[in-house]
Amino acid sequence: MSEPEGRGAAWTEERGTSDEGRRHVKAPRGERETQTPLLEVRDLVVYHGQLRALNDISLRVFPGEVYAIIGANGAGKSTLLRTIAGLNHPVTGTVLFDGEDVTRLRPEHRATRGIVMVPEGRRLFGSLSVQENLQVGATYARSGPWRIDRVYELFDWMRERRNQQTAQLSGGEQQAVAIGRALVANPRVLLLDELSLGLAPVVVQRIYGMLPQILATGLTVLLVEQDVSQALRVASRVHCLLEGSTTLEGEPGDLTPERVEAAYFGLGGTTAGDGSADGGNGGQPVPSAGHRPADAAPSADGGSEQLWPG
Amino acid sequence: MAWVNAIIQGVLTGGLYALFACGLSLMFGVMKVVNLAHGDLAVVAGYLAIGVITVTHIPVLWSFIIVVPVMAVLGYVLQRTLIQGALDRGVLTTLIVTFGLSIVIENGLLQFFTANSRAIGTGLPLVSGSFKVGSQIQIGYLLVIIFAVAVVVLLGLQYFLSASKYGRLIRAVADDKEAAQLAGADYRHVFGIAAAIAFATVALAGIFYGMYSQLSPTTGTDTILLFAFAAVVIGGLGSLWGTLLGGVVLGVAQQIGAQINISNEVLAGYIVFLAVLVLRPQGLTSRRTQS
Repeated sequence: MSEPEGRGAAWTEERGTSDEGRRHVKAPRGERETQTPLLEVRDLVVYHGQLRALNDISLRVFPGEVYAIIGANGAGKSTLLRTIAGLNHPVTGTVLFDGEDVTRLRPEHRATRGIVMVPEGRRLFGSLSVQENLQVGATYARSGPWRIDRVYELFDWMRERRNQQTAQLSGGEQQAVAIGRALVANPRVLLLDELSLGLAPVVVQRIYGMLPQILATGLTVLLVEQDVSQALRVASRVHCLLEGSTTLEGEPGDLTPERVEAAYFGLGGTTAGDGSADGGNGGQPVPSAGHRPADAAPSADGGSEQLWPG
Repeated sequence: MAWVNAIIQGVLTGGLYALFACGLSLMFGVMKVVNLAHGDLAVVAGYLAIGVITVTHIPVLWSFIIVVPVMAVLGYVLQRTLIQGALDRGVLTTLIVTFGLSIVIENGLLQFFTANSRAIGTGLPLVSGSFKVGSQIQIGYLLVIIFAVAVVVLLGLQYFLSASKYGRLIRAVADDKEAAQLAGADYRHVFGIAAAIAFATVALAGIFYGMYSQLSPTTGTDTILLFAFAAVVIGGLGSLWGTLLGGVVLGVAQQIGAQINISNEVLAGYIVFLAVLVLRPQGLTSRRTQS
């Protein structure tokens, strides 16, 4: 894994989040510190009926970042993204976008302000053609670099198939249309929910391969990914959820595979040793230590899967 | 020759039924609202036209220009308030709410206009007249005009839905309103526009029905709503041209029934309606074939 210069240097300071002593989030690096976050989530609590789906989640996404939320099935990743997009409603907590409290805004008003989500399962308009899907995305677009023509340049097959119904496309092609539909709205922060779901690894690689071109236009990306190695490859910052709570947050270069694995699966035993070996520089203690059997890991990930890339 | 006449009359009446049905079909297709007050709204439009003509003495055809936009605005407002409120509580609630609306309208009309039936007298020879084909076939100009208007309305609606910005949004919202929200579209507003169109078409149909036949406060539920439902079901739910086909099939069935015995007119229509429900419940045109 290639690392930018200076990665691996320890955090310059350690800082707890403002109001909660029990959570220690790593202090941002110097470059993060000087900026104001584009998107900030504070102490978000979301319920699905009786189930507490998100438990005091806080995160800060800075301009130009690729912020990845990882976690097993049912960890609350999609709920978090949907709440940021406005489709789910928090019981307490706030969502700030560019300093403005958007917690009570409807999804469509967040979209026109620049929070645009590519929903899980793509959710294309099935009775519309490829081009019409993009046109709907562009209807209430902010001004910016993305236009339908530019999407056709990004995905070169799309122009000649623009009049096809989306049902005739493969899963990867549909995902590309879904991304294009979000891009033409000229988002400031693009929320990507499980891009890899149901797609062949080669296709996933190809779609993630487009990310640099998308980022080059000045976007910020907040993505949810079940495929941890994929997330670690593309992300500048990773946030791990386990059963609705934060178990780990940091930059991929600073995280050992063991800690990510422990945070992902909730294997408390290994974390304890690992955390102390790390000199306590911010590894989040795992809440359900020891209570979670190893086989609780989702079968899709396979027990033997190598989480760490490379 | 009498049979040919029956079929021609049936086809032409089908245009009127299609005009009734397309709004019902649109509201179901886009927002999954079965508007049980649909027929009563047609009657309201008819009474409005009578009122406007009586008060202002404008020519009959001008009443369309006033009443149709008024009904469209009413459609938008009702959708954004009453119907959306019901939708937020679940699709089934809209059945109860529109049923209630239907009762309120009917009794309101009874209160203010009595139970007497009224017709919209056009006084125009072009509308009230007819022409003969051969010795036995007599075709009223009005039915031809209504059929032509129905085709034009359906063509216009088809063009609007497939080529305009709001038409695209209506189809998108019908597919997935959450995804439309993520694209920045306020689906409530789009629903309102769809309702405005549905109300405009039913207003058109209501005024034509007042010219063609007679309106009474109960015509909405005992005739118009049922015929509209039958046309929609026969043609296929959510399909625009299906409503025309459904209307035509219903009209022809009624005329053929009447040809056998005049008391069989309505019965024959419903027999075809039931037969379609049993043999081809998705309607004669399935939704797949629609663009």
